[in-house]
Amino acid sequence: MDLHHLSLRQLREGLHNKDFSALELTETLLQRIRALNPQLNAFITVTEAAALESATQADARLAKGEAGALLGLPMAHKDIFCTADLPTTCGSKMLENFVAPYSATVVERLAAAGMVMLGKLNMDEFAMGSSNETSYFGPVRNPWNVDMVPGGSSGGSAAAVAAGLVPVATGTDTGGSIRQPAALCGITGIKPTYGRVSRYGMIAFASSLDQGGPMARSAEDCALLLDAMAAHDPRDSTSHPAAASDFLRGLDRPLQGLRVGVPEEFFGEGLDPEVAAAVQSGIDQLAKQGASIQSIRLPNNPHAVSTYYVLAPAEASSNLSRFDGVRYTHRSQAVENLDDLYRKSRYEGFGAEVRRRILVGTYVLSAGYYDAYYLKAQQVRSLIREDFRRAFAEVDVIVGPTTPSPAFGLGAKNADPISMYLADIYTIAVNLAGIPALSLPCGFTRSGLPIGMQLMGDYFADDLLLNVAHRYQQETDWHLARPTLQAGEA
Amino acid sequence: MDWEVVIGLEVHAQLNTATKIFCGCSTAFGAEPNSHTCPVCLAMPGALPVLNAAAVDKAIALGLAIGAQLNRKSIFARKNYFYPDLPKGYQISQYELPVVGQGQLMVQMADGTEKVIGVTRAHLEEDAGKSLHEAFVGQSGIDLNRAGTPLLEIVSEPDMRSSAEAVAYLKKLHALVRYLEICDGNMQEGSFRCDANVSLRRPGAPFGTRAEIKNLNSFRFLEKAIEYEILRQKDILESGGSIVQETRLYDANRDETRSMRSKEEANDYRYFPDPDLLPLVLDEARIEKVRQGLPELPDAKRARFMDQYQLSAYDAGVLTASRDLADYFEVVADGVEGKLAANWVMGDLLGALNKAGIEIQECPVPADKLRLLVQRIEDKTISGKIAKDIFEEIFHQGGEVDAIIDSRGLRQITDVTAIAVMVDAIISANPQQVAGYRAGKDKLLGFFVGQVMKASQGKANPDQVNALLLERLQKPD
Amino acid sequence: MAFDQDAVRRTAHLARMALPQEEVPAVAGQLEKIMTMVEALRAIPTEGVMPMAHPLDLEQALRPDQIANADQRQRLMASAPAAEHGLFLVPKVIE
Repeated sequence: MDLHHLSLRQLREGLHNKDFSALELTETLLQRIRALNPQLNAFITVTEAAALESATQADARLAKGEAGALLGLPMAHKDIFCTADLPTTCGSKMLENFVAPYSATVVERLAAAGMVMLGKLNMDEFAMGSSNETSYFGPVRNPWNVDMVPGGSSGGSAAAVAAGLVPVATGTDTGGSIRQPAALCGITGIKPTYGRVSRYGMIAFASSLDQGGPMARSAEDCALLLDAMAAHDPRDSTSHPAAASDFLRGLDRPLQGLRVGVPEEFFGEGLDPEVAAAVQSGIDQLAKQGASIQSIRLPNNPHAVSTYYVLAPAEASSNLSRFDGVRYTHRSQAVENLDDLYRKSRYEGFGAEVRRRILVGTYVLSAGYYDAYYLKAQQVRSLIREDFRRAFAEVDVIVGPTTPSPAFGLGAKNADPISMYLADIYTIAVNLAGIPALSLPCGFTRSGLPIGMQLMGDYFADDLLLNVAHRYQQETDWHLARPTLQAGEA
Repeated sequence: MDWEVVIGLEVHAQLNTATKIFCGCSTAFGAEPNSHTCPVCLAMPGALPVLNAAAVDKAIALGLAIGAQLNRKSIFARKNYFYPDLPKGYQISQYELPVVGQGQLMVQMADGTEKVIGVTRAHLEEDAGKSLHEAFVGQSGIDLNRAGTPLLEIVSEPDMRSSAEAVAYLKKLHALVRYLEICDGNMQEGSFRCDANVSLRRPGAPFGTRAEIKNLNSFRFLEKAIEYEILRQKDILESGGSIVQETRLYDANRDETRSMRSKEEANDYRYFPDPDLLPLVLDEARIEKVRQGLPELPDAKRARFMDQYQLSAYDAGVLTASRDLADYFEVVADGVEGKLAANWVMGDLLGALNKAGIEIQECPVPADKLRLLVQRIEDKTISGKIAKDIFEEIFHQGGEVDAIIDSRGLRQITDVTAIAVMVDAIISANPQQVAGYRAGKDKLLGFFVGQVMKASQGKANPDQVNALLLERLQKPD
Repeated sequence: MAFDQDAVRRTAHLARMALPQEEVPAVAGQLEKIMTMVEALRAIPTEGVMPMAHPLDLEQALRPDQIANADQRQRLMASAPAAEHGLFLVPKVIE
């Protein structure tokens, strides 16, 4: 049996039927990681010893008759989540030697559910990037074509799940960092409503936009993982009191009468025709399943990228000030005084893209520019949210492409930061508003690259998005396609 | 030509909560370095702040006590700058919308006049850690135990016109935070710190350029720093120069202020709302609960003391300057005459404390013991003079009032026969003085009283001695 | 707008980033492009629009004032680049 292709439900059945033990499952996947990671570079750290130990513990709990939905099931965390006594790098040289003294709430929750963590997944440095090329630990490669990027910033998570190194992984999404790599790697990922998943221990990029979420090969597996991730956390002031929910209960609801809105702004200039066609056929499929389709407007959506590139760098410039060479980060060796310590450690520790965003953020907050940029962007953010409010008065779900193009070549967009920023043109508005959105596979290009379709919902409609995606996946098999990978290929 | 000094004060009061403002670490002073830290106050990656309810309630208490507007919604902002004692690279503070808005404080000056000083605002923020320079060569050690201790920054209007007014305001505020039990007021340990904005102007002219003086950790330093600053600015202005707006440090050893230009360069704090914290909303129930718990405040207590104990405004002011002293006084005055109790507390007690250099809280004579002592004067068991001796003894060695009186035989002599014997003996022994008195030198009465008291070792009842002397000295031999 | 090299140096100073002089022109060019993109916001009419600081229309929750942390200094300082006697060490702080 190819354990690496099974869903969480299938794996759980296997464990309960004693077809294999958690330890065997873990060893199988560790073996696959050893074989395939050299060419994908999806993992920064493989925590083999800890994984074998927690698998053994899970087997003991299973033997005692415990029946947790995730008990003994393997997973891996994006290396943005702090894991106690294990390396946590955030894809940066800055944290190359950092061993986290505590675990993120999400890490604690999944460990408590009995999941077996296999390691820490590669990512764009501090989650800043859309191709996973800004990682200090090297780029991740797309399992469908290793010359292509997997997307970012949760590129390691997407590649690992797509390649069958883990059935599910955590990701984080500030401007599309779950959905865009999910689309480019042909998997399913949901950015939950802001406030669903605790940010405690999740290294902050832009606090008012960041949200952790599950990445998996199906909506059902996303729902299973989100069920364990989402909960109110008193350690995170921005955690919503009603964060927890049952994401499985409504998965099978039929789509009859579902009102789907298709925003004109998502199908304009810049959208790859193959992507447009695949998403259109995805929409047709929803109609076939009983949804009513209507055209809608999100007039301020075109301003989302500009708004985001004021607000996210502003928050990031401040969030990343703690990486100063004093308490736990990289410290420059060539230091003569305190000012040197800061300036050199921060220059050496951060990569070019992170430095660029820190500079942009510092600039837009500095004296004389705050009103013109920061305050203005916050006002436009209001307008973007209002667009969604108006839309959700008429429709239940908004559907469009996740990305303007399929996976692009490694290095293709490195010369021009702006062209990279535009890779998130359809995903950013969702983070600005704080609403949930999900990406699921809806087709392939002629060259065999996956295409993602994005579902957006109103606040706390995460369960509806999972329901729509699940029903779609009952009727289609895009999500069942697997890339062909052979061990040893570089 | 005259100059008018314009002073505004910014006071940082450490709120005496058990834990820090944004995490569950202890705020206790004097622990091993960095032993009161956690991922949040060390600014570990991914750690997030959660606001301490007690810090909010203490800010509300101050707001209510100064009649301030309490903002129903206030916002935490980040003040961004790099410093090793500031682990996040920003201080969480309140900027545009503070929790406490406009209020006021009435201060009493030594000459009995009163003045209202405006309070612009008070906001919650976190304290920084400490840099230690002594132990290392060429390096500083960073201790973050203090990082995250809640502070209430209380900003006054530029309403003070002399160093005396500034000191009176600071003392009043100091008393107030201790009354409210929101700050321990320990200025040596830095729990209550003050920065002064000082400028000069011609009377009636617009405000001049101000200098901000930091590091004022005593009332005396505040006064001296302002006095120095007035002279410094006056010299500059009168020689045609102009004042630079800057931060200055008061050096107590040299009694001068000096520029801290190093801290000044590129002061661009890039304030923006902290996205890790949501708006702080005060509901009526919370405010009401704090209001119910407020103690009697200094002004009200002072008025009550004047009325209830028949004290002068001055005495009532002294006795209510601190809540501990006022509480002490009220125990003493419970059952004895108010003025007598006030004299004892303000005279002997404060004198002894002052001499010993200790605070009322550490007073070795409990208030009920002093009350018993005063009662023993009132019921004529002992004389006032004996009482002073007993007080000294208890203050320094301890002991019980009645036990000391009995064991040392200090009980007042009220037996007329016994006193008469002593009076007669003194009269016989001093014929010259007797003749003088009878010739009209009335003042000599004091001499006889003194002699009798001495002979009785202070135990004779002075009233009886007086009466007997008057009687015997008038009798011709 | 012109994001000149001075602006880069000033901003790099605020952000405590030792940008080598030879990188300044290229960085200025990139920041100029980003700021030009952002500049589009200025044309959007926003009079009377409330700035949105946060997606959640919630109030700050309050934490009870109870000590929740034990001394964990050793663990917390394990990744410190320089530490002695329980203190983080930095080059001398000049006040």
